[in-house]
Amino acid sequence: MTKYIIRRLIGLIPTLFIVVTISFFLIRIAPGGPFDAERRPPEQVMQNIEAKFNLNAPLHMQYLRYMGDIVRGDLGPSFRYQDHDVNFYIANSLPNSLLLGFIALGLALLVGVNAGVLSALNQNSWIDYVAMAIAIIGITVPLFVIGPVLMYFFALRWDLLPTSGWITGRYGWITILMPAITLSMQPFATIARLSRASMLEMLRSDFIRTAQSKGLRDSVIIRRHVLKGSLLPVVSYVGPAFASIVTGSVVVEQIFRVPGLGRFFVQSALNRDYTLIMGTVIVYSVILVLMNFIVDIIYSFLDPRITYK
Amino acid sequence: MSEEKILQVEDLKTYFRTDEGTVKAVDGVSFSLGRKESLGIVGESGSGKSVTNQSLLRLIPSPPGKIVGGSVKLEGVDILKLPKSKLRNIRGNKISMIFQDPMTSLNPFLKISTQMIETIMLHQHEDKKTAREHSIEMLRMVGLPKPERRIDNYPHQFSGGMRQRVMIAMALSCKPQVLIADEPTTALDVTIQAQILEIMQDLSDRLGTALIMITHDLGVVAGLCDRIAVMYAGRIVEEADTEVLFEEPQHPYTQGLISSVPRLDKKTGKKLSSIPGQPPNLIDLPDCCPFYPRCPHVMDICKNKYPNEVKTEVGSSTRRVSCWLYS
Repeated sequence: MTKYIIRRLIGLIPTLFIVVTISFFLIRIAPGGPFDAERRPPEQVMQNIEAKFNLNAPLHMQYLRYMGDIVRGDLGPSFRYQDHDVNFYIANSLPNSLLLGFIALGLALLVGVNAGVLSALNQNSWIDYVAMAIAIIGITVPLFVIGPVLMYFFALRWDLLPTSGWITGRYGWITILMPAITLSMQPFATIARLSRASMLEMLRSDFIRTAQSKGLRDSVIIRRHVLKGSLLPVVSYVGPAFASIVTGSVVVEQIFRVPGLGRFFVQSALNRDYTLIMGTVIVYSVILVLMNFIVDIIYSFLDPRITYK
Repeated sequence: MSEEKILQVEDLKTYFRTDEGTVKAVDGVSFSLGRKESLGIVGESGSGKSVTNQSLLRLIPSPPGKIVGGSVKLEGVDILKLPKSKLRNIRGNKISMIFQDPMTSLNPFLKISTQMIETIMLHQHEDKKTAREHSIEMLRMVGLPKPERRIDNYPHQFSGGMRQRVMIAMALSCKPQVLIADEPTTALDVTIQAQILEIMQDLSDRLGTALIMITHDLGVVAGLCDRIAVMYAGRIVEEADTEVLFEEPQHPYTQGLISSVPRLDKKTGKKLSSIPGQPPNLIDLPDCCPFYPRCPHVMDICKNKYPNEVKTEVGSSTRRVSCWLYS
């Protein structure tokens, strides 16, 4: 197992290398550059700028130099924001997105798995219908509708929470609650539906009939015989979903003014901010490949039929 | 054979509601089982043998299935009327079951030890350590090699025959009074079948467990069971001692079944026969003998009314048949 883990971790390096390489050249193929404007500054100024950001070198030299920087952990200066480098922006926004994402996903798992299990156990009862109706709403209603609706009730009508903003420290929860709930809606809905479906399938299997024929209590059958297997599809969904949730949502961050990483994904692309785009891509892909790896490990713990050598 | 009856099933009816109508899967089945007796229930697919026996422990998925009538008395107590908590005390303890497919009837996510120990701890009130030793002892009895090591394996690490051995060990671990085996060898290799049957018979004898063997294979029950009941379209059409049934089958369906099995002990020189036609659709079956469309001796009355049961004494035991030829 340890050997397998080490081998997999080493295997992540070429994957990331390919992702970085493809992104690097794709960005440069896209029309427009970071310093293109309606009115071009004088030629001398342009040359100075390009020299400063190493844009005048041949493409393959730019690539080699960038890769060299990355290996040393330096994501380079932002082309647009002159105050700080990309490392600074990511270091300052990623923790906020991570915190928000963790809470949102935790909420989604807690409520989603319970709703799914309850629905499956009470199939075609009102509990099932209510839970699945809420799940449908969670999937279909967009975040930019759920967010303002929450804001309207909790902040404006009932005056319980501030409309938006970001406080850290002891009272941080009052600003994190609404964006977390908004962000959790879609994963909650998916998790609820997945766990309901797999639970129903489990309940119909032969070994559950065996468990019943042994005289076990229903609660024991559910906890010991059904739950573990029903979580498999949920785990394989949560892995990749985790990567996209913790790297921030542009919509939620805009609505609730959360200083997260999500906004950089869009802004950097619009600005052709080459280094910042690369920074966000690298963060996202590192988390994604790590999560897929972790999912595989969790699988082997849940299902004894899966072993890695 | 003891006269004392341990299990008495009377007029059991289990129906399934479907969109096309009510399926009378079991429609008035009665039989009884003596202590240490072994009864074979024979019939083709869809004749209601499995539903009958799952009804005994109320394992019918509901909806759509429902036990609509009759009684199942274990030592005089009607299982069908018991509250759920009392029912659980019978399941796996006084009556236990072995299912057809050993590949799917053990939980793939749990170790064999977990699955065996939980039953023993529940019914025998043993602590975990004793229950584990008890399980290992049971596995040794069914001939599983190195049981103290293999008990911590998962089901996928066993072959089909070994899994069925584990199922037998698990089913007999609480010394039940009745063991119901629902086609226990159908999913296994022919070479393994005989071993499994032998283990089952040997252990039931040793533990004093009565056996109900459900199968479509007359060869299986011929060597194993004291009595045989033949089911057709949700009812028992004939029941007799094994030897009597094979020597002198009364119901045309039983006759057809027996003559369609190759026999080594009687050289007939004749071609193997088969029963023409299909078993009937069990939805809205009219009040007639359901076998009449396939029966070589069909009479007018067969199409209008279900025959009464005729009981006759043969030696020390009773045989019964439901056919107008004998009414």
